[in-house]
Amino acid sequence: MNRDPVARGARHSRIGFADHWQAWHQHHRASALDSFGRLADTPLQTLMTALVVAIALALPATLLLALGNVQRVGERWDSSPKITVFLKLGSQETAINGFRDTLQGMPEIEELEYISPEQALQSFQSQSGFSEALTALENNPLPPTLVVTPAPAMSAPAQLDALRQRIAGDALVDDVSLDMDWVRRLNAIMTLGKQLVMGLAGLLGLGVLLVIGNTIRLEIESRREEIVVIKLVGGTDGFVRRPFLYTGFWYGVIGGLLSCLLVSVGVASLGGPVRTLAATYQDTFVLHGLGFVGCVALVICCIALGLLGAWLAVGRHLSAIEPR
Amino acid sequence: MIEFHNVSKRYPNGYEALTGVTLQVDEAEMVFLTGHSGAGKSTLMKLIMLIERPSQGQVVIGGRNLNRLRSGQIPFHRRQVGVVFQNHQLLFDRSVFDNVALPLQIAGVHQREVGRRVRAALDKVGLLERERVNPITLSGGEQQRVGIARAVVNKPPVLLADEPTGNLDPNLSSDIMQLFREFNQVGVTVLIASHDWSLIRSMGARVLTLEQGQLVHDGVLVQGEVPA
Ligand SMILES: Nc1ncnc2c1ncn2[C@@H]1O[C@H](COP(=O)(O)OP(=O)(O)O)[C@@H](O)[C@H]1O
Ligand SMILES: [Mg+2]
Repeated sequence: MNRDPVARGARHSRIGFADHWQAWHQHHRASALDSFGRLADTPLQTLMTALVVAIALALPATLLLALGNVQRVGERWDSSPKITVFLKLGSQETAINGFRDTLQGMPEIEELEYISPEQALQSFQSQSGFSEALTALENNPLPPTLVVTPAPAMSAPAQLDALRQRIAGDALVDDVSLDMDWVRRLNAIMTLGKQLVMGLAGLLGLGVLLVIGNTIRLEIESRREEIVVIKLVGGTDGFVRRPFLYTGFWYGVIGGLLSCLLVSVGVASLGGPVRTLAATYQDTFVLHGLGFVGCVALVICCIALGLLGAWLAVGRHLSAIEPR
Repeated sequence: MIEFHNVSKRYPNGYEALTGVTLQVDEAEMVFLTGHSGAGKSTLMKLIMLIERPSQGQVVIGGRNLNRLRSGQIPFHRRQVGVVFQNHQLLFDRSVFDNVALPLQIAGVHQREVGRRVRAALDKVGLLERERVNPITLSGGEQQRVGIARAVVNKPPVLLADEPTGNLDPNLSSDIMQLFREFNQVGVTVLIASHDWSLIRSMGARVLTLEQGQLVHDGVLVQGEVPA
């Protein structure tokens, strides 16, 4: 054979690059629509699978959101750590004034507020329901108190601790409490909590991969004949894979949107109680939801899981289907 | 166009379906492949389609040695070889048109070209007016013709048919054979596996005969002759 008949045949049906591109585009659109159509044909089954995806991602998303909100509570106090200094009961007014002057002169201290036992008793009476009981007391049981606001530069826990110890060294001082303590503990708990949520998210994500993988495997099984024919007439692996990847993509999209919906409903139903709770602490704290960026991130996560699950299933099961 | 050089095929179970087959089919030739059931006809075609790989020897199609083809190139090789099966392998979840359009969509042919070419192929096999129906509603002979339209729609230089008339009555069979002859006349190399001796004789074409995996006869059958 001096001519190359295959090449000749190929020239008969030569296809330009632009046509290839157009056809590729067209097959993507057709695959996407076809895959969505197939999902819409079995709405209940689709919804079940998508709901598994939605719940599996809504759970860690909600937990992360809760942690974020708790952290915001911490930050409100963290931003201005206060040192509360309880002086000994019955301290002399002149001694207290001298101590206040000393503290005021310290560069580490930004602000100093004095609460006399009488003031403390008054505010206590007005805030709590114990006014009757308190008036019945012969002596004021509340100690004189100083509330120290450290200078902004004093942000490191070690510096604050040193300041606390210096104040505690004075003979007038009964006890010193640093708000930082619980903030620090809260932060440690938050870090641990985040790690736990991430671990949980990883496990649930793995579950999603398995669920989507199995759904796609069944889909591949039911379209075995079609796959064989496509391979026989020269379909590439990419061509065969495409509709199944789109199926995974759509599960991700539907699951992601459902997931956003679940989280938003949860936040909305908790918003009221949280506001009421915050009000009892004279706070205007409001619960933060996912927001637009959060929703987009959640949907993208779901799509990524859907695609990955489909990819794994397709990789495992498509190669097993060959023309015989 | 189709060359086998000392090709043997041993299946994983140890059965040797082809033994030392050497043959050559020229471009635009029409050749029949005969032999009893189990002689290795389908195996020979599967080697051309790269559905199976030879255990030994070389298969060369259009000057291209298939042994050197990587698995990623197999789809592009298959687009050069049209196949027609006894059980036609049509998809019953789509119309006749969509069945025939499949190889064009796979090859990346432009949408407006697809319609023109599918109709040309369906016209050739006489089913132009049935393009909208589901192939499950067609008769066996019509289904086989849809299969032929799908095999030729992408204008492959080689056309294989594995017992294409196995399930059809003699009249329909000779219609189908006539179709193959027409494709052959426009330059397509056609290889047809069949054990319908009378039909083959009536075609007066070259015949390759397999017996237990070996090529035992190569030539035109004269009137009344029964190979092997
Ligand atoms: N995948 C396979 N594994 C093992 N043996 C096979 C396989 N395919 C075919 N054979 C055997 O190879 C022989 C030739 O088969 P085949 O090529 O289909 O013959 P024909 O098409 O001429 O009837 C038969 O004995 C068949 O049982
Ligand atoms: Mg056979």
